[in-house]
Amino acid sequence: MSDRALGRAALTRRQILIGTAGIGLMALPRWAQATPAEAQAAIAKITGGATPAAGRVTLRLPQIAENGNSVQFSVAVDSPMTEADYVKAIHVIAEENPFPEVATFYLSPANGKAEVTMRMRLAKTQTVRAVAVMADGKAFEAQQEVKVTIGGCGG
Amino acid sequence: MAEMKPRVKVPATATKGEIIEIKTTINHDMESGQRKDKDGKVIPRKIINKFVCSLNGKEVFRSDWYTAVSANPYLSFFVKATESGNFDFAWSDDDGSVYKTSAPITVS
Repeated sequence: MSDRALGRAALTRRQILIGTAGIGLMALPRWAQATPAEAQAAIAKITGGATPAAGRVTLRLPQIAENGNSVQFSVAVDSPMTEADYVKAIHVIAEENPFPEVATFYLSPANGKAEVTMRMRLAKTQTVRAVAVMADGKAFEAQQEVKVTIGGCGG
Repeated sequence: MAEMKPRVKVPATATKGEIIEIKTTINHDMESGQRKDKDGKVIPRKIINKFVCSLNGKEVFRSDWYTAVSANPYLSFFVKATESGNFDFAWSDDDGSVYKTSAPITVS
């Protein structure tokens, strides 16, 4: 995350936005946003360098999010959730947020079903990625672009 | 800051082996550390960074949260009903506080 100082003009606009829209990601300077490459690096760290395969993961997100401060998402992973074959972790990554990691969920056979629902902040229109790591270490992924109408603002 | 009020929704009863949905939410600003106040000073980060759910003392679900989690975090997940007892929920704040609540379940 960047602590770089902000331009005065941007600050003024932000103050107005904070005043009118309240809490959220209003204070994001554009240059503090992560890049898809940084998100990719974060995923490589999760998977130990392996590229996650497509499939098994279903990511449910709106196509268009009117309010980037609260975007509901669900991740479901196709898995029997038995001792032999279960989902160990689900990672959600927003490629162009200031900090790409959104949340990590740790699962076990005790869950019976690998599905979580939550709400996140999206700074701007971007691709959201969900990576599932299985008990055997294999990784699967789904991704989707979300158009953010009133996002982290600043733009 | 508003009082942290955790709320959970757990079915009161379940049959053994049934997969139940647990819904949770807590009042929290989830201050991202990205915002500035009106004097241009960065408002320090203060978020809930960890959530844990246990059944009768045994962890059944855990989650790490980062700054992109929305204010007043909502989370739902599933647990296989194996035994009667108590679900304990704990949210850990950046400042070291832990907000807790619990809910009983009867499994038959």
